[in-house]
Amino acid sequence: MTLLNLVLFLPLIGFLVVLLLPKNNPGLIKMVTLIAAIGIFVLSLGLTQPVFNPEVAGSAGKGVWFITDVPWIQSPEIRYHVGLDGLSVWLVLLSTLLTPISVLISWNYISNRQKEFYAFLLLLEFGLIGVFVALDLFLFYVFWEVCLVPMYFLIGVWGHERRIYAAVKFFLYTMAGSVLMLAAIIYLYNKGGTFDYVNLLDMMQRGRLTLSPTEQNWLFLAFFLAFAIKVPLFPLHTWLPDAHVEAPTAGSVMLAAVMLKMGTYGIVRFCLPMFPQAARENAWWIVILAIIGIIYGALVALVQPNMKKLVAYSSVSHLGFVILGIFSFNQPGLDGAVYQMLNHGISTGALFMLVGYLYERTHTLEIKDYGGVSTVAPWLATTFLITTLASIGLPTLNNFIGEFLVLQGSAYVNIWWTVFAATGVILSAGYMLWMYQRTFMGETNAHLHGHMHDMNGREAVAFLPLLVLMVWMGTYTQTFLPTITAANTRILEQSKSGVEFRVNAQQGGIPAAAKEMGNAR
Amino acid sequence: MQHLWLIPLFPFLGFLINGLFGRKWPNSLVGAVAVGSVVASFAWVVKVLLGVGELEHAYVERYFTWIQSGGVNIGVDLAVDRLTAVMLLVVTGIGSLIHIYATGYMSHEGGFYRFFSYLNLFMFFMLTLVLGANYLLLFVGWEGVGLCSYLLIGFYTLKKSAGDAAKKAFIVNRIGDFGFSLAMFLIMVNFGSLDFGTVMAKVAPLPVEQTMGILTIIALLLFVGATGKSAQVPLYVWLPDAMEGPTPVSALIHAATMVTAGVYMTARSATIFTHAPMAMEVVAVVGVITAVMAATIGMTQFDLKKVFAYSTVSQLGYMFIACGVGAFSAGIYHVVTHAFFKALLFLGAGSVIHALEGEQDMRHMGGLRKKIPITFAVLCCAWVAIAGIPGTSGYFSKDAILLAAHHHHPWMYWVGVITAGMTAFYVSRSMFMTFWGEYRGHHHPHESPAIMWVPLAILAALSLAGGKLFDVPHYLEPLFPMAHEEHDMTLVAIASSAGFIGIGLAYFMYVLSPGIPKSIAATLGPIYKLVYNKYFVDEVYDATVVSPMVAGSRSVLWRVVDAGVIDGIVNGTGTVARGIGSVLRTLQSGQIRSYAAWVTAGSVIVLVALSFLAGGAQ
Repeated sequence: MTLLNLVLFLPLIGFLVVLLLPKNNPGLIKMVTLIAAIGIFVLSLGLTQPVFNPEVAGSAGKGVWFITDVPWIQSPEIRYHVGLDGLSVWLVLLSTLLTPISVLISWNYISNRQKEFYAFLLLLEFGLIGVFVALDLFLFYVFWEVCLVPMYFLIGVWGHERRIYAAVKFFLYTMAGSVLMLAAIIYLYNKGGTFDYVNLLDMMQRGRLTLSPTEQNWLFLAFFLAFAIKVPLFPLHTWLPDAHVEAPTAGSVMLAAVMLKMGTYGIVRFCLPMFPQAARENAWWIVILAIIGIIYGALVALVQPNMKKLVAYSSVSHLGFVILGIFSFNQPGLDGAVYQMLNHGISTGALFMLVGYLYERTHTLEIKDYGGVSTVAPWLATTFLITTLASIGLPTLNNFIGEFLVLQGSAYVNIWWTVFAATGVILSAGYMLWMYQRTFMGETNAHLHGHMHDMNGREAVAFLPLLVLMVWMGTYTQTFLPTITAANTRILEQSKSGVEFRVNAQQGGIPAAAKEMGNAR
Repeated sequence: MQHLWLIPLFPFLGFLINGLFGRKWPNSLVGAVAVGSVVASFAWVVKVLLGVGELEHAYVERYFTWIQSGGVNIGVDLAVDRLTAVMLLVVTGIGSLIHIYATGYMSHEGGFYRFFSYLNLFMFFMLTLVLGANYLLLFVGWEGVGLCSYLLIGFYTLKKSAGDAAKKAFIVNRIGDFGFSLAMFLIMVNFGSLDFGTVMAKVAPLPVEQTMGILTIIALLLFVGATGKSAQVPLYVWLPDAMEGPTPVSALIHAATMVTAGVYMTARSATIFTHAPMAMEVVAVVGVITAVMAATIGMTQFDLKKVFAYSTVSQLGYMFIACGVGAFSAGIYHVVTHAFFKALLFLGAGSVIHALEGEQDMRHMGGLRKKIPITFAVLCCAWVAIAGIPGTSGYFSKDAILLAAHHHHPWMYWVGVITAGMTAFYVSRSMFMTFWGEYRGHHHPHESPAIMWVPLAILAALSLAGGKLFDVPHYLEPLFPMAHEEHDMTLVAIASSAGFIGIGLAYFMYVLSPGIPKSIAATLGPIYKLVYNKYFVDEVYDATVVSPMVAGSRSVLWRVVDAGVIDGIVNGTGTVARGIGSVLRTLQSGQIRSYAAWVTAGSVIVLVALSFLAGGAQ
């Protein structure tokens, strides 16, 4: 029993335990969930041991730690194959950190069917961790679907007025993509005789499993579509604003902070190494969509009257940077993309949290109903401002590092990508500061009096870890970045096999950029 | 080790202490922490500069790796060379004086602790900006001072205009930063580093670009950044609005230090600029345009602070003329002397405003000479300095710039001289309107306390003697070799006389025959209106950029593309979805056992179906 298995299955055990608790004792339910979630988080900290002790890491080999590889189902052969590397370790930690935070912020917010709510949170955690550690394609798919169920109910049961529409939209969008992915997975199984990702990759690299360019292309597209919906990549994003607006705070936080990363993680983990040639050939239009998403998301965010919608559209913009970084196919771009996944999880998670705090006080998400909140709730205003600044990429806070690396990575390939993408950085200041001004500055809106009180201890405790991370990840990247770099170097190595750098040749960036490419990688 | 990191650390600690605990503390304690931290920083700067010797080469301290990925390697490194030394002394020296002044000025305002924690945070970022040994660290300070500027312009949170001005400042600066960051990416791509030493060493041996090459592009992009931060055409529009902030902020951030960051950055990148003569030409021309345009606006404004704000824009234009014609040291010289006299002008104006309980309109002032004599006396020192009266600080730096401009293009010299005349005119105009004639307001003017006028007196002394005292161009010679200037006394005399003419004209128009300005305004009619309304630049920007963008995003992108086209397609498919939705709704029975059963059943069904499919396929 490795630590990873423990961390993976404890949420499932927690889910079952919570189900067995009496439903008329919400205090007990909340306490059990909280203790379980915190316990899991503390245990998961142990997963970083190989990161900081290279000797431990060395024993596992190939930069993958805590491997368990046993048969699960005999025919067709599906293996329980899990492991952790520098890419997944931080995403697992992000999941285990945000679960207890989600419990804390739901403490008073959720007043009906508490048992089911907290049970679903733990089930969601189980699914998320599973997605990030699964090394068997079928296992991955199972976890992928496991995530879908609790989130569907979180939105559909505990959401706002149009929750059913939003939940169904979320469900159908995601299902549409994952069906294609499932087909691709089965196709690969038929071709290679195994669902095991590590085996498949090994066979591909040794030439024992060859895919024709057409095959590669279709398989890539099937996987990519499933992931792109989840990211979401423009124009597949319209489920996101609805899902966010209707979801309860904890749902929005988990959705934005972790679930969207399933898509970007999937692209990095599966699309790049398994279908390197197709990935590079399709990069040009994917990058264009990513850049459109960056600008489009920001422009639409600018005019949203609803806070959650605004933050949701800002996610479309921010995730565009991640896609841009991935499809730059170089170290800074990919490192920045992965770093940006974590950054977005933290700062957008925090934003949804704080918007949730506001909603709990006034029961409105419309920006025009606010104004002058900083006078009555200064700490809430301060934390919101810091999060806003993190979100718009102020140096010394986390997002800046990711955006800088992504834009630098894309500049190596084609400076015009950078030029267009960087306008998103200007626009982000526009929509976020405008929202901040209308919500927190000016005269205090009359009907806020009596409702608006400052953050309480529980809310502050829930927020504090994210604040610490925003500063930590912005100022001392050495804790996180070397592991990510190491994992990404392998992925870039795998995704290189025998392809020319077509993107660069096609796009014809400035010659000097091409010259430096060698150094960059 | 000189422990350079302590220089920015002191104000940062001041920020943390006041920000976290200041709300409950008495003003005196908050003020002591704030002032103490900046004075400590100043003391440490002096200690360091005494310790590092002649500074023939940059003294660098490397602390830790900040970002490392592939070929990108950026360290947290601080460096001091002579350029940084000058900036450090100005920032911490003037900063200390303004902090002391502000403890008096802000004593009756709410949010005292908030004000000083922001001001200390500003000092931290400004010092990071000038100490950073690479472009990215400079950029940290650059964005950071922008943030503090945002916070302090919007300090009076209840005023909508303050919030608007703050947001405008941040966003306009972001446009500039867009250029700056693109320049950084290109530097990284082409030279593999952002470290000043490394980059300049790689640029130096390259041939000077006669046509548009990569260095020209980089230089121009850097300059886009400078136009944002240092309020040059076309991005100067935020600075006049920034006067919404408390007056000490206008003095420290929007006159003496932050807005000169663009000049500093240009001088820091001098090697790149000198290899790109086309870019240099652009810098000089933009400087000229800005200097003239802002000076004309300054002649028509009635808000005391607005006059000085446009004056700052105009003077910054002078500094860029200097950089553009290759006289970087003259530009930095003017940064220093301008810091003395413009900080003094603003703080003096603050003292006037303080005396009149918030009145800023010069039409409601007048005759204050005898009522607030100390303020009047110190303002006179700033007045002669900015007018470039021989012997004062402004005289030396302005002449250095104008002579260099003449050497480059004589027409630039002549435009500069005319602008100098206009400068003398509008400052004299505001002096006469404020201190001469009869008092036109209805407050009871009172002199400011010693804590405010002592810093003013020091700045007054510096405004008068600072130019002679600190021979900045000579000190900077190892970095920026001085051009062999023909020190043509005729040119100097012409420039100085422009100052006298400006003062004389203002005296004639505003003291001897006060009816003249009105009749001139009437005669010029539309032209006067155009200038008085600041050439309607804000209105043009709003109509051509801001409004179309917001309206287009709302009515086209959001309502049509997002809600109409994309969701239209989705919801078309969604007719099916609604059917499924109604089925799913019945599943929400509220029975957790049924949910759990469904979850399990769903997984099992998928699993079974798959084994069947996969098995069958084989």
